[in-house]
Amino acid sequence: MLNFLPSDFSVLIEPESCIKCRRCVRECSFEALVFRDRVVPDHSRCVACHRCVAVCPSGAITVVRNRLAFRQNANWDEEIIKNVYKQARVGGKLLTGTGNDKPYPIYWDHLLIDAAQVTNPSIDPLREPMELRTYLGRKPSRLDFYHDAGGGFKLTTVLEPQIKLETPIIFAGMSYGAVSLNVHRALAAAARRAGTLMNSGEGGLHESLYSFGENVIVQVASGRFGINRAYLERAAAVEIKIGQGAKPGIGGHLPGEKVTGEISKTRMIPEGTDALSPAPHHDIYSIEDLRQLIYAIKEAVRYQKPVGVKISAVHNVAAISSGVVRAGADFVTIDGFRGGTGATPTIIRDHVGIPIEMALAAVDDRLRQEGIRHQASLIASGSIRSSADVLKAVALGADAVAIGTAALIALGCQMCQKCYTGRCAWGITTQRVDLTDRVDPEEGAERLYNLLRAWSLEIKEILGALGLNSIESLRGSRERLRAVGLTGTEMEILGVKPAGR
Amino acid sequence: MKAGGLREGDFRIPSGCAVAGIMNEDGKRFNGEKIVQAISIMRERSNGLGGGFSAYGIYPEFKDYYAFHVMFDHEEGRHGTETFLQESTVVVKSEAIPIRKQLSMTDAPLLWRYFLEVPKSRLNGLTEEDYVMRLVMHVNDSIEGAFVFSSGKNMGVFKGVGYPEDIGRFFRLEEYEGYLWTAHGRFPTNTPGWWGGAHPFSLLGWSVVHNGEISSYGINKRYLEMFGYRCTLMTDTEVIVYLLDLLMRKHNLPLDVACLVLAPPFWRDIDRMEENRREAVTALRMIYGSALLNGPFSVIIAHENEMIGLTDRIMLRPLVIARKEATLYMASEEAAIREVCPYPDRVWTPKGGVPVMARLNEAAAVR
Amino acid sequence: MALVKHDARGLSFRELNERLHRLVADGIDIIDLVNVNGHRYIGTGLAKPVRLNIYGTPGSDLGAFMDGPEIRVNGSGQDAIGNTMNSGAIIINGDAGNVLGLSMRGGKIFVRGNVGHRVGIHIKAFAEQVPRIIVGGVAGDFFGEYMAGGRMILLGLDRRAGQPVVGDYVGTGMHGGTIYIRGKVEEHQLGKEVGLVEMTEEDYAVLQEDLAEFTACFNLSLPEIMREPFAKLVPLSHRPYGQLYVY
Repeated sequence: MLNFLPSDFSVLIEPESCIKCRRCVRECSFEALVFRDRVVPDHSRCVACHRCVAVCPSGAITVVRNRLAFRQNANWDEEIIKNVYKQARVGGKLLTGTGNDKPYPIYWDHLLIDAAQVTNPSIDPLREPMELRTYLGRKPSRLDFYHDAGGGFKLTTVLEPQIKLETPIIFAGMSYGAVSLNVHRALAAAARRAGTLMNSGEGGLHESLYSFGENVIVQVASGRFGINRAYLERAAAVEIKIGQGAKPGIGGHLPGEKVTGEISKTRMIPEGTDALSPAPHHDIYSIEDLRQLIYAIKEAVRYQKPVGVKISAVHNVAAISSGVVRAGADFVTIDGFRGGTGATPTIIRDHVGIPIEMALAAVDDRLRQEGIRHQASLIASGSIRSSADVLKAVALGADAVAIGTAALIALGCQMCQKCYTGRCAWGITTQRVDLTDRVDPEEGAERLYNLLRAWSLEIKEILGALGLNSIESLRGSRERLRAVGLTGTEMEILGVKPAGR
Repeated sequence: MKAGGLREGDFRIPSGCAVAGIMNEDGKRFNGEKIVQAISIMRERSNGLGGGFSAYGIYPEFKDYYAFHVMFDHEEGRHGTETFLQESTVVVKSEAIPIRKQLSMTDAPLLWRYFLEVPKSRLNGLTEEDYVMRLVMHVNDSIEGAFVFSSGKNMGVFKGVGYPEDIGRFFRLEEYEGYLWTAHGRFPTNTPGWWGGAHPFSLLGWSVVHNGEISSYGINKRYLEMFGYRCTLMTDTEVIVYLLDLLMRKHNLPLDVACLVLAPPFWRDIDRMEENRREAVTALRMIYGSALLNGPFSVIIAHENEMIGLTDRIMLRPLVIARKEATLYMASEEAAIREVCPYPDRVWTPKGGVPVMARLNEAAAVR
Repeated sequence: MALVKHDARGLSFRELNERLHRLVADGIDIIDLVNVNGHRYIGTGLAKPVRLNIYGTPGSDLGAFMDGPEIRVNGSGQDAIGNTMNSGAIIINGDAGNVLGLSMRGGKIFVRGNVGHRVGIHIKAFAEQVPRIIVGGVAGDFFGEYMAGGRMILLGLDRRAGQPVVGDYVGTGMHGGTIYIRGKVEEHQLGKEVGLVEMTEEDYAVLQEDLAEFTACFNLSLPEIMREPFAKLVPLSHRPYGQLYVY
C-alpha cells in the first residue's frame, strides 16, 4: 500500500546564495538536511525550528509551509487528516510538547486595563516610588502587637515562613531532564539576580545548583525523584506537584535514554532506567491524604519553609483549591490548560482542563467567600505571555505568576513543539551534549533577567498609569479591568464589568 | 434602601472635595458656626452636590445610647425601620431632626433620629457594637427607602445635597455644641443627587470626611467583604470607615498602627528601620496589603476621643494643620483655618502618609 | 548511650516530634516512646542514627523522609510507612497498612505481620543504596507497583488455609529491582510488565543473608523459612512504555 504523509514544511535553499559551508547540516538535530555536493533537504523531517536559518551565514535558507494543498475543509483540516494517517500506521498515542496550540479563547485578550484621568492622578514610575515586592506564604488574618510605654511596638504574632519576591514573576517548574542542566543554571542565576524564584520541576536539583537554594522552589512529585533531606532543606519552598495544566490527571515519564549520568545522579535513580511519574501520588488518594503529605514535608523541614501545592485548572478547581488551602498548603499554584510541557499526549494537551483566567477568578472568589484567601498565596500559570498578562492575573487575584514557555522562548525556543523528541536544536529540551552546549548558562541568565526586568518595568508603567504605587493595591482589584467581547456569564465568572460600564 | 432613580451604589462616582476639622483637646464644647465658616471659605472646592458635618459631644443627656440619624424617602420606609428598631432595640427616644428650610435645597428626605439601647439578651454572643453594625447594615441593605447615616454615641452626622454652608444652616448646627467637628464640601464628577451619598460617612463612633479617590478601591472592598462588610454605596469613603472599624475595633490595632496599614511606609524605608519596627511594619504590609489605601487622598477621621488627619503616601491631596492652644485645626486649605483662627500658634503641612492626631486630654475624655 | 523514656499521651504529633528533635539534638541516642497512638511523622526529618522504640500504634507517614534512625514498633503501623525514606530502618512487630515504603531509596523496612495494598510502590535504588522491604505475612494488591530498584521479599507466614500470599497486579509497571515471594504465585496475579524467572544460587545466597537479619529481629527460624521454594520476579523491560507513542 502506498504510505503517503505529506511533510508539514518545505526547506527552500537558494543555490546562488548557498556557500556550501554545511553549517546547517551540522546544526540540524532533526537530520532534515544532508550534503550531497549541495545541501539537500528532507522536508519530511523538518520541524520549522529555524536553526538552519539562524546559522546560515549567507541567508540562503527559508522554511515555508508545505504548499501542497488539501481541499479546504473546516472540519477535516490538514492536521486532523495527518494524525489519522500517523495513528493508522503505528497504533500509538500522539505525542507533543509545549502548550495547547488550538484556537480556544484567550481571555487575557478580552480584558482591558484601566488608567487614571483627572480625578486620580497617574504616577510617574521613573521618578516616584513604585513597589512590586511580594511575599508568598500563609498569612494570619490579623496581627497582634505588644506596645511599650514609649509608643514603640513589637509584633507578637508568630508568622509562618514567607518568601520575598522583588517582582511577582517566578519561573515555572521545568525538570532537569525535560530541560537541560544549562537551562536550569540559567534559570537559577536569573532568579537570584532578579530576587525571585525558579522551580526545580520534578527531576531533582543538580548538586551544583544547591547553592542557589534560596531562589529555588523544589518539587515533590509523584515520582519522588531526587528528594532527600538536603534537597528539601536547601530550598526556599517545597511544592507538591499534583498536576500540570498541559496534562491534568496524567503522569509522565522520562525515557531511559535521557537518564544520563548527571540526570541519574540528580534524580537519584540508575542510569538508563525510565523515570516514571505515576498519575497520582500513591500516598494521596484524598484531600486528607494531601494534608498528610503536606505535613510530612513540613515536619521534614521543621516548619521553616512554605509548602505549596500545584494543581492543574480543572472544572472543579475552586472547590479543590479551597480543600488544598484547608489541607495546609501555604501557596497554591494553578496551572491553566494552555500551560506548557516537555511531553504529553496531544489529545490530553488539547482537550483537558480549563483556562487559567477562569480558574484563577473562580479560586480567588471561592477563597474569599470562605474567608481563607489570606491562608495561601495564589500563583497563576499556564501561558503568561507578557507583562499585560501578569497584570491581568494579579488584578484577577494572583499573588504572583509563573512563566515557563516565555522563559524558554527567551532562551531561543522557536515553539516547534518537538521537546519530547530530545533533539531540541536550540539545546533547551535535550540532554545531547552537542546540543545542550548551544545554551550558554551565563548568556541565558542575562536574557532571562532582561525579560524579568523588562516586564517589571512595564508593570510599573501600567501601575503608574493606574495611579497605584504598589502592586498589592492592584492584587484582586478586578474593578480595574473591563471586558470586551465576552458573554455575561463569562464576565460574571471573571468578576469584571463590560467596557463602558 | 433603594427606590427609583440612580444613586450611589448603582455606580461609582469619583469626586474631589474640601475637608475641615476642629477639635478642642480639653473637651471644651463650641457650637457649629466655626466649622461652617471654615468649610464655606473653600466653596470653590465643592460644587453644591454634597456637604456635611460630624459633631462629637452633642448629645450629653443621651450619651449612653446609640444615636441613629436616619433618612427616609417616604413614610413607609420610616414605618418599616421603626418597626425593625423596636423589635431589635429599646427605642429611648425618637424625633424628627430639627431643620430650617433652605431655598437652595430641594428634595430633602424625611430626617429622623432615634436614641437606642441594646438589651444584653439580644446579643447572642455578638459584641454590642457588632450587633449595632448589623442593624445598620440591615436597614441600609434591606429596608426600602431608609438609610442610617449616623449610628454612634453622643455624636451625629448631618449631611445632604447642597453647599456645606447651606447644609449647616438647614440642620441648625449653631444650636449644637460639640468638642470635635469635621466638615466636607463635595465636588463629584457626576451625581444622582442623593442625600445619603454626601460625606461624612459614619459607622458607630467613626466618621470620615475624605478628599480623594482611592485607586485601590476594588481590592479594599473585596477585602472588607471577607470580614462581613458590605460596601453598598460604592464610595471610597465608606471603605475607609469600614477599614478603620475592622483594624481598630475588631483587630484591636491602635490608631498609629492602623494608619501604618492605610498609608504604609515604602519598602525602602521599612528596610532601613530598626529590627523590631522593621519586622512589625513588614508584617503589616504582608498581612494587610489589601487594606492599603492607594491613590490620592486626604482624610479627616473622627472618633469619640480623637481626630486624625492623614494623606496618601506621596501627598497627592492637600492637608494643612494648625494648633492654637488646646485646639487643633485641619483643612484642605490654610485659608479655612485662618478664617476661624487668624493667629494660630503653629501652622504646618504633614508628611505624606504620616498621621496627625488630636486626642482628648485624659481629664476631659468623655464617654 | 543516653537513653530517655517519653510519654506521648496527650501530645499532638507536632509537639511530640518537636520534643524528639530536641532530644536528638541534645545527644540522646535511644528514646522509648510510650503511649503512642496515631502520632504521625515520627522520625521524619531525623538525620542521626538514633534508635526509637515505639510502644503503641504510630500514625501514618512513620519515618517519612527519614535519614538514618532505627525505629522499632512494638505494635502495628499504619499507612505510608517509610515514605520517601533515604536510609535507616523501620522494624514493625505487628501489621502495617497501605503504601508502605513509597519511593524509598535506601534503608530497610521489616514487618513481621501482614501488609496492605501498594506496598513498596516505586521503590528505587541508587548507587550504593539498595532499599529492602521484607514482609513476614501476606500482602495485598499492587505489591511492588512501579518498582524501580531494590529488593522486596514476601514470606507469607502464618497464612490461613487457602489464603493467597499476595494479591493481584504484582509488580505492575515494574522496571527495576527484584521481588522474591515465598510459595506459589500464579501468572494471572502478575502485572504485565513483570516476569517469573528461575531462582539461582546467587538469589538463594541473597535471601539467606537478608532473611538471617529478618529472622533475628523477630525470633523466627531461618531454616524453616528457607525450606519452601521462592518465586523470583523481575521486570521484562527497563523501558516498559516505549511503544505507546506516535511522533
